[in-house]
Parts: sequence; C-alpha cells; structure tokens
Amino acid sequence: MKFDPAEFLNFTFTWRDVLIGAIITTLLMAVVAQIIGVLLGLIAALAGRSRNPLVKAISVIYVWFFRGTPVLVQIYLLYFGLPYLLGIDPFPKQYGSLPELIGGGFVAVTLALGVNEGAYMSEIIRAGILSVDSGQAEAAKSLGMTPRKTMQRIVLPQALRVIVPPLGNEFNNMIKTTSLASVVGVTELVLLAQNRYGATFQPFEPLLGICVFYLAMTTIWGVIQGRIERRLGAGTRSEDVPGFWSRMTGAGRGRQGDTGGVR
Amino acid sequence: MTGHVHGTDVDVSRDLLGAIGGVPTPPTDMVVDATNVEKWFGKLHVLRDVSLTVKRQEVVVVLGPSGSGKTTFIRCVNHLEKIQSGRIFVNGHLIGYRDVNGKLVEDKEANIARQRQEIGMVFQRFNLFPHKTALENIIEAPIQVRGTPKDEAIEMGRALLTRVGLAAKEGSYPSQLSGGQQQRVAIARALAMKPALMLFDEPTSALDPEMIGEVLEVMKELAREGMTMIVVTHEMGFAKEVADRVVMMDDGVVVEEGTPEHFFSNPTHERTKSFLSKIL
Ligand SMILES: Nc1ncnc2c1ncn2[C@@H]1O[C@H](COP(=O)(O)OP(=O)(O)OP(=O)(O)O)[C@@H](O)[C@H]1O
Ligand SMILES: [Mg+2]
Repeated sequence: MKFDPAEFLNFTFTWRDVLIGAIITTLLMAVVAQIIGVLLGLIAALAGRSRNPLVKAISVIYVWFFRGTPVLVQIYLLYFGLPYLLGIDPFPKQYGSLPELIGGGFVAVTLALGVNEGAYMSEIIRAGILSVDSGQAEAAKSLGMTPRKTMQRIVLPQALRVIVPPLGNEFNNMIKTTSLASVVGVTELVLLAQNRYGATFQPFEPLLGICVFYLAMTTIWGVIQGRIERRLGAGTRSEDVPGFWSRMTGAGRGRQGDTGGVR
Repeated sequence: MTGHVHGTDVDVSRDLLGAIGGVPTPPTDMVVDATNVEKWFGKLHVLRDVSLTVKRQEVVVVLGPSGSGKTTFIRCVNHLEKIQSGRIFVNGHLIGYRDVNGKLVEDKEANIARQRQEIGMVFQRFNLFPHKTALENIIEAPIQVRGTPKDEAIEMGRALLTRVGLAAKEGSYPSQLSGGQQQRVAIARALAMKPALMLFDEPTSALDPEMIGEVLEVMKELAREGMTMIVVTHEMGFAKEVADRVVMMDDGVVVEEGTPEHFFSNPTHERTKSFLSKIL
C-alpha cells in the first residue's frame, strides 16, 4: 500500500493561491455556464413553440446537435475550431487587464458548457411548460393577456415547480463537468491535481484531494437545492420533495432528470 | 339584499356591476353577431352554418346534447378556437380575423388580446391561477392588461369578492376553496375586466350539487343587472327563470331558438323534444 497521508493532507488542506484559484475557476465556470444554459434553454424552449416554422426549426436543430454530440467535441470545436475558422484568436491566454483566471480557455469552456447546457435546459423547460394545464393559458388569454404576458405571469411561474428539481440536478452535473476544462489548459481542480502529480508521481493523493472539493461543492448545493424546492413546494404535499440523504445518494429517486456526469 | 338559494348560506349582494363601477355601454345594440360560422376539427365538422345574435343586456342560454358544439361555439366567440368561415362580431368588431377581400386572415395576437378584454369567460373547471390568492387572481388582469393602479385594483377586487360573498377569502389560494367558491372567484375575476359580454361554459357542471345554487345565484344577479350573457348550461331552472332566449344545438347546428316559454311548453322540433324529454 503506497498511500501517503501526508501528501494527501498537504495537497488538500494547505490553502494556497493556486488551490483557491482552482476552486474559484471551477465554481465560476459552473455558475456562469449554468446561467447561460438556463437563458438559452428558455429561448430555445419558447422558440420551439413558435408559430414561425424557421424559428421552430432552429430550436429543434440546436437541441438535436448539442444533445447529440459529445460536449468535449463541442469544447474543441469552439476552442480550436473557431480561431482556425476566423483566422484570429478569440481565446487568448489573457484578456487585457482581466485576471489571468478568466483567460481564453476559461471563456471558451464556459461558453461551450453553457451552450451545451442550453439544449438540455430547453427540454426541461419545455416539459415544465407542458406540465401546466392548458386551461391556465386559456384563462389568461380570455382575460386579454397577450401570449407573452400569459407565459411570463401565468405559465412559467407554475412551470417552475417542475423545472427546478431537474435544474438543480443539472447544476450538480455542471460542477463536475467543468473538469473537462483541464483539457484546454484551464487550471481548475483536475488540472491542479494533474500538475501536482506530474511533479510528484503520486497521482492518487491529489486526485482523492479534489474529490473532497467536488463533494463539498455538490453537497452544499444539495442542501441549497432542498431549501429552494421546499420553498417552491410550499402549500403542496411535502413528500414530493426528496430529503437530503435520498438526494445525495439517489435512493428512492427515479432516473428522471439525472443525466449523470459528463456526457 | 341577499339571496338564499338551495339552502346555502351564501350572501350575494346586489350591485355586482357597481363593484366595478359599471360596465361601459356597448357601442352597438348587437353585442354578438355571428353569421354562418363553420368549424372543423380536422375532418370533424363541428359547427355547421351557425348564426346567432345576442342583443345588449340579453341572456341567451345554449342547450344541446353532449358533443353538439356548444363549448366550441362559445370558444369561437373569444377566438380560443379558430373558425374556417363565417363571421363573428362582438361589439361590432370582427373577432380574431381581418376580412381581406372576403377572406379571413387571422389577426395579430395583440389585437386578439385587446378584443378579449371585452369578453369575460367562465370555464367549467374554473381555471383559477393556483399560484395566486383569490384577490390576486382578480387583480392580475386589470393590473397587467388594463394598467389599473394596484391600489385601485385591490379596492375593486375586494368589492367584487364581497359582492360574491367571499370577502373573508381574499387571501386563500384556490386549493383552499370549495368548487363553488372557486367558481365565484372566477366570475369575479372575469368581471374585473369590465367586460361587455360574459360567456359561461357549463359553470356549474363540475360542482357538487350543494354548491350549484350559490354560483347560479351570482349569475342570476348579473343577469338582473343587465349583463349581456351567453350561458351553456343544463340547469333548466336557470334557463326558465333568467333566459331571454334559449338556443338548442345538435350536431353542430342551431336546431331551434325561442323564448323559454316557447321552448319548454311547445318546442317545434323533434330533436328538441327528445332532448328535453331526456333532461327534464
Ligand atoms: N380540440 C378538439 N379537437 C378535436 N375535436 C374536438 C376538440 N374539441 C371538441 N371536439 C369535438 O367537437 C365536437 C363538439 O365538441 P364540444 O365540446 O363543442 O361539444 P359540447 O356541446 O360542448 O359537448 P358537452 O356537452 O359534452 O360539453 C365533439 O365531437 C368533440 O369531440
Ligand atoms: Mg361543452
């Protein structure tokens, strides 16, 4: 048994700039990509309901492409493909006076993850909208509300109860999927570990170390998600909202909405 | 004055329309003017050459067997359903379409929405907004659509709730209300837009029998106050008491129409007779 507890503890619990930077990078990528995903997903879901066949087709093709190809390839397409196509590099190591942390790799991966996520969120939001009884939109329309007001004020708020649980799971996945950024040289947690064992030739300890950080992030998120869902579910049956442990372990939960890590 | 019906303790005040400051007088004497309406659902011919007029302050009750097209027809009146030909005018405005050289071209959503502001609708299954309280249900459209200031809308909403006997329930969510209470809120919600016309699609048929009376009482009061109404219902008592005119539909066709007296004492058509014999 080769495990070196000192190296594990040293890597994991010695607070240093690179570690803090890697954690911030991971979280920032996940949050920004998820926000992009939700916004694009909303746009794509609404476009998918458009009367205009062209708008509808664009939405369908978007979802089809980004759900049907590996996100790693999408990252490569953007990070390597775009500069090649444009003849200029939109993803330089550093943008002017911005911190080095927010370099080209970071931007490319965040964009790619966000655009990819939008395709999944589109399906989730679509299902949420469909879950709202059609009588609701009819009642709103009969009161003279425009389709836009109807969506904004009546349908989407009700769809939220169906959208938020899988959205929470998507963000949990997103935190882990940011690990792909290591392939284009973004110093998030995985690259941090790789850099370490590239020097020490002890891969297990830093890899176990970053698991601690991923678990911390996903666990804290699990708690927050539970709170949000309980608040949204206020006034409805509470057994619909899974408890903390069943959420963390997946016990008693269907596979619905859980797309499982990197795809 | 209060009305006690069917043994319920629900107080329905006079002056439902007073709560909303009265409704504007329709610009034309003919509030609804539908001519030669044809409607298909795919290959199913649901409305066949339907013509119907409703004058100002008139209450028209629509009867007919299941599947005869009653719901479809009143949904066409506020363009929740498209029609294939014919014309439906409400207050002199062609509903849902522009007439381009005799052809129907569907209107812009914004225009259709504007037309619907004048047409209140009450659904069989209430369709209250479950994420909003009774009062919020009522003030939503006045604020969002009419641009009524919030405090004014709240005042009007409370007045309406009081008039339908639900002053104590303004903070309740639909799930906390009985069916009869929900339907009364739904009527108040429609009234809050000060409509020139109210459409009712079997407003009591999803209710437990003991709650039917309280909803009918609100509708009767509305009729007494001169609201123009089209009511699809199987409540013959309501039709006899309140209707100015009864329309019988069967298989997408208006079979017969006339005063309640004519209708219930000596209907002319065989189909009307057999329908009435089943339902009375
Ligand atoms: N959205 C729809 N798509 C296809 N067919 C429909 C649709 N809505 C109604 N229909 C059909 O149109 C016909 C008329 O239906 P409608 O609901 O207007 O009848 P109704 O007179 O209101 O009946 P009921 O008394 O049962 O409410 C029926 O044959 C019905 O099956
Ligand atoms: Mg019907």
